[in-house]
Amino acid sequence: MMDSAVVLNFVNSAIDWVKLVLDAPSARAVVFGFHIGGHLFVEVFLLVVILFLLSQKSYKPPKRPLTNKEIDELCDEWVPEPLIPSLNEDLLHEPPVLESAAGPHTIINGKEVINFASANYLGLIGHQKLLDSCSSSLEKYGVGSCGPRGFYGTIDVHLDCEARIAKFLGTRDSILYSYGLSTMFSAIPAFSKKGDIIVADEGVHWGIQNGLYLSRSTVVYFKHNDMDSLRNTLENITSKYKRVKNLRRYIVVEAIYQNSGQIAPLDEIIKLKEKYRFRVLLDESNSFGVLGISGRGLTEHFGVPADKLDIITAAMGHALATEGGFCTGSARVIDHQRLSSSGYVFSASLPPYLASAAITAIDILEENPNLLTKLKNNIAALWRGLSGITGFTIASNPESPIVYLRLEKSTGSAKDDLRLLENIAERVLKEDSVFVVTSKRSTLDKCRLPLGIRLFVSAGHSVSDLNKASESLKKVAALVLGGHN
Amino acid sequence: MIAIPYLTALTTYFSYGLLFAFGQFRDFFRKLFDWFTSSNLHGYAPICLGLEDFYIRRLYLRIQDCFGRPICSAPDAWFDVVERYSNDNNKTLKRTTKISRCLNLGSYNYLGFAAADEYCTPRVVETLNKYSPSTCSSRVDGGTTLLHNELEECVANFVRKPAAIVFGMGYVTNSAILPVLMGKGSLIISDSLNHNSIVNGARGSGATIRVFQHNTPSHLEEVLREQIAEGQPRTHRPWKKIVVIVEGIYSMEGELCKLPEIVAICKQYKAYTYLDEAHSIGAVGKTGRGVCELLGVDTADVDIMMGTFTKSFGSCGGYIAGSKELIKYLKYTCPAHLYATSISPPAAQQIISSIKVILGEDGSNRGAQKLAQIRENSNFFRSELQKMGFEVIGDNDSPVMPIMLYNPAKIPAFSRECLKQNVAVVTVAFPATPLLLARARICISASHSREDLIKALQVISKVGDLVGIKYFPAEPQKQQQEGKAVKFD
Repeated sequence: MMDSAVVLNFVNSAIDWVKLVLDAPSARAVVFGFHIGGHLFVEVFLLVVILFLLSQKSYKPPKRPLTNKEIDELCDEWVPEPLIPSLNEDLLHEPPVLESAAGPHTIINGKEVINFASANYLGLIGHQKLLDSCSSSLEKYGVGSCGPRGFYGTIDVHLDCEARIAKFLGTRDSILYSYGLSTMFSAIPAFSKKGDIIVADEGVHWGIQNGLYLSRSTVVYFKHNDMDSLRNTLENITSKYKRVKNLRRYIVVEAIYQNSGQIAPLDEIIKLKEKYRFRVLLDESNSFGVLGISGRGLTEHFGVPADKLDIITAAMGHALATEGGFCTGSARVIDHQRLSSSGYVFSASLPPYLASAAITAIDILEENPNLLTKLKNNIAALWRGLSGITGFTIASNPESPIVYLRLEKSTGSAKDDLRLLENIAERVLKEDSVFVVTSKRSTLDKCRLPLGIRLFVSAGHSVSDLNKASESLKKVAALVLGGHN
Repeated sequence: MIAIPYLTALTTYFSYGLLFAFGQFRDFFRKLFDWFTSSNLHGYAPICLGLEDFYIRRLYLRIQDCFGRPICSAPDAWFDVVERYSNDNNKTLKRTTKISRCLNLGSYNYLGFAAADEYCTPRVVETLNKYSPSTCSSRVDGGTTLLHNELEECVANFVRKPAAIVFGMGYVTNSAILPVLMGKGSLIISDSLNHNSIVNGARGSGATIRVFQHNTPSHLEEVLREQIAEGQPRTHRPWKKIVVIVEGIYSMEGELCKLPEIVAICKQYKAYTYLDEAHSIGAVGKTGRGVCELLGVDTADVDIMMGTFTKSFGSCGGYIAGSKELIKYLKYTCPAHLYATSISPPAAQQIISSIKVILGEDGSNRGAQKLAQIRENSNFFRSELQKMGFEVIGDNDSPVMPIMLYNPAKIPAFSRECLKQNVAVVTVAFPATPLLLARARICISASHSREDLIKALQVISKVGDLVGIKYFPAEPQKQQQEGKAVKFD
């Protein structure tokens, strides 16, 4: 008790003493009627300390950049992966080599075979008129154009061809690309940039996929050819993005899907497009010269005027039996591409003889509407012939010139599926001289639709060709797939 | 590296500033009028946006007639340029039936295979009749003919690599191959002036891209060391693989790649080399085998050799040459091989035949003559231009020689004045070059005769005086005022 009292006493007297000392210098100091106490000195002192500390640099571990020797060591230690992964057994398949033109009948290994591997829908390969226009063009212009379109690579036939395509389709203008594959992957990034929105079908081919990637836009996929899925996607996007009105919005579809043979329901798409105010980019590679009463493609098939669609592209390496591609639309859309589309600006132009071939091919198509009837009949005949085939379903649209046979029962892995399909294709070729091909996928391809056997029907096929093909496929399918099911 | 004089830089900036100001001024009134006539967009965002569209409408369209001039003959040494006229201030151009015969200094017709050739053309027509213009099928389906295999062998043999794969378009060759080889976790080190197809291919691959200063091996080494030491961004994992991409001849600079140095550095740092010989294959080297032959680089040291057939061979398409395994792998995975229609058979035949001529396998020495001719022509033309005081960039032996113009007003002036005197030249501006570095580009061909070149030099000299692009004093003393120059990449 005594001890604590002493301590308390001592502390109290010490505090008093400190107070006295602190207050002493300013005991009588009054500023503006305000007493200045000793605590003010303490506070000012603290402020000074804080300011001093703030002015000091914070502690950083000393920087020690790598010395040259260390970098040398790192460089020595680094072992790169080989440029390509090691090749395995799967890569041994070699495609058959053709010994003549890839017409409806061609020669492989010295044997005449029926060709279902070329998208020669109108049977124009080997057409005398086409060859004549090509050879006169070759004599006049040489083979290559030796320059991009901007730098004297524009030859009058290019302009004629662009005008011819626009006239045929009833659009304002069109633009030629020198390769089918580059058409879409140049056209998409020209119109869609970072921040813009693209709604695309999940089954689009690689050229479009690459274009979507290069555009850096926000890409949303909808279920393959499923209009409910498209509607939901559009609805979601419209409600999700508040500033959607200021963004460019596109729907990207193929007219006839290369990966499935399905036909896009354009009437539905147009309704949805107009409701949600999206622009439509349509790839008509496999439908131009095929669908519609005069071969003008999907727009004619559905009776939609071509100017309802904003951008139409197509490869000319199918029905027109030449090479290259085109894009068609309003004058503004086309002019914009002439300076903004990288595959157009930075690439040599289409060899002039291929442009004359395209003009002639369109002429032939216009003069011979029976080619289209013939093609339609052939497609129907092949469908009839293939009905009841073992182990396969026909996945394509009955009007599509790509007849797509999908395995009824997948083995579970794409690799095994492909091996099975390839086995069938090989046997059909070897035993019955019918050349059919499987759909192959690059490792880069994001399309996940099931693989299958693709038959490209041509107006040049005769009824007996089609019968032979369906008989042969049925026979081999029953032998190979009979056990599976 | 191009040195642009201060005064020129200033006037160039001023010109663009003026064009921009007037363009904006006109756009302002255009908007005002459009507002009255009500917009027809109906809830869509405008399809063409921003500065790019502004550039096209207000700058490019005004000088549109200097680009895309249609021709109506083969792009040989002399060709027929179709005259055009415009009724709406150059917004649209209409063709007339009038033509003018002009000397062609624009086409990439290095060896003169653009026009009909006594050896090639009959073979091409024969192939056309046999194989038709197209196979309508991809290479893995029904698009491989005997001719395609022959072409691949022929190309591999020509560029001295074990194997090759060909595509129907040069642009696609670059932009579809890079995504196959490179991917996430790999690094692409690209020359800063590489062609757009390489840029797009690199972007499409998803790999990290670093750029080194144009044709500067020391900077390449710096970038390589830094990147290998640091590894991938954020995770710092080591890079899976590194590829260095260079071009043989830079098409807008006319410069030869410093290949020996770059290959040595790549070897030291275990990076793969990718050489794009679009402009050099067939055009340079003793037997036309490109920069490797010219600069004495063993082709075994270049991992991936790419080139196009559009230029020296007068055809279309592109190739990749490399090891047997590489080509085999590409034939299995490359989308351009799997999905695109195969190269047109007549075009393939043109390549085979022209290579035969170059190598003298046609039984004549025309190929050797052509190669000697283009070298002589190029070096003569370049030295004469330099003597006149033009700012010509690029290296000797290269058939591409850009003449610097800089000011935007000089682009149409130079082009139109030359055309008036029947010399067709190419002028290049943004987006193919940086905005300030507009230039005219001369491409020399083996089919030009000495008289052609002398005529061209006379015209260019006269127009050069008129337009004021002789930035250096004429010979004998050529002084580069280095102190007074701003450096641009």
